[in-house]
Amino acid sequence: METPISKTELIVIGGSAGSLQVILGMIKNLDENLGFPVLLVVHRKAYSTSILPTLLQQFTLWKVIEVEDKTEIENNKIYIVPADYHLLFEDKKTMSLDSSEKMNYSRPSIDVTFKSAGETFGESVIGVLLSGANADGVEGLNYIRKNKGKVWIQNPGSAEVDYMPRQAFERVDYDLLIEPKDLAKHINKLATNK
Amino acid sequence: MLEPSIVRDEEIEYLIKDVYDLYGYDFSLYSRASFKRRVNRICLIDRFTSFAELRYTIINDPDYLKHFIEEITVNVTEMFRDPQFFKKLREEILPQLGTYPLIRIWVAGCSTGEEAYSMAILLKEANLYHKCLIYATDINPSVLETARSGVFPMNQMKIYSENYMLSGGKEDFSDYYTANYDSARFDKSLQEKLILSTHNLVSDSSFNSFQLIICRNVMIYFEKALQERVFNLFDASLENLGFLALGSKETIRFSNLDKFYHQIEDQKIWKKIDHN
Repeated sequence: METPISKTELIVIGGSAGSLQVILGMIKNLDENLGFPVLLVVHRKAYSTSILPTLLQQFTLWKVIEVEDKTEIENNKIYIVPADYHLLFEDKKTMSLDSSEKMNYSRPSIDVTFKSAGETFGESVIGVLLSGANADGVEGLNYIRKNKGKVWIQNPGSAEVDYMPRQAFERVDYDLLIEPKDLAKHINKLATNK
Repeated sequence: MLEPSIVRDEEIEYLIKDVYDLYGYDFSLYSRASFKRRVNRICLIDRFTSFAELRYTIINDPDYLKHFIEEITVNVTEMFRDPQFFKKLREEILPQLGTYPLIRIWVAGCSTGEEAYSMAILLKEANLYHKCLIYATDINPSVLETARSGVFPMNQMKIYSENYMLSGGKEDFSDYYTANYDSARFDKSLQEKLILSTHNLVSDSSFNSFQLIICRNVMIYFEKALQERVFNLFDASLENLGFLALGSKETIRFSNLDKFYHQIEDQKIWKKIDHN
């Protein structure tokens, strides 16, 4: 139906207020063994004990892992950036944590990880920006785009808090506008083993 | 706003070599991703529009280097950051250390000193302060000046106070400082046992033996090879049955020393088992 897409090596999903329902819905419907990892950058309260990985794990057979410093990323696993750290890629395998200044009042900052993923993975990364109340992630999407990666944005009309996806919609050259119920379907279609 | 991408990967290598050759600071085993961000951030802050400008300034202006070191290293810290960690120190580790006649603690990579002051408060409340020494070291001399002043921004006190209470603190946190417009001056008594000194984890060696070493969110900026070297430095500086405390997302699991250390429950605190 379209031109062949380059092999996906990473999906990185950023979200803030109103994104958890979308992520839960996606996780429930994700096929197994898609052949790439999924990384979640979600704004959370600092020091929130790691409830999120446990919560998400209940809805999926994928292994859900909260990233520690120098965690090696593996296919077919879901990774979550821990509260109060930025996440950067050293290379396509190794993730580092960084507790430097907040960006857009946020740590983790979606911008920081999107930019690092864009510069590390080039055309083989897809950045997805979901519901949220500030503009974190928008600039990062532009870096993904600049490095030839793909950009998906939640349709602002479908977002619980539309500021973040609306900023992206207006300022980023995107590939897809996503309805929450279709997110898993779009990801499943990228499978390399089908 | 995100830092721009002004400096390319190979230019980072030139810069690291220059800084080492001219000034002896070795950043070659720092994690590249963070280091690169910091260099690009410096370009933004100091308005360098090209790598050449930054390099020229570093080579020709030794005074600029101090500022460079200050900005290249991350100096974000808090009092009682991760309150659960301090609660564990308070409830489990300090009672064990209390059995020693003299308690020596090393806060490695202390930045502006917030954790060293937090330790002083914990030790006071455990009635161990009279017999302790807190060594706090950092690569960066200017942050140590802040630590020495004991003056911290007033706007942080609300969160520090919350952290303190969550860590099991029973006193009124504001009794530990004097408020003065936008700054909080901490009680001089909290400095009595504090020894501040520069120390570079990359190049300096062990200088004492300790029963507790705290090094939190410092080694995340190091590559694994350097992390291993620093673990060996800590191991050589830690008494048998002493404790090593790391940041909440750090681990010694990847280290060869792992087998000589016993993790305290789910905390990022390891106890050294008798081995040298």
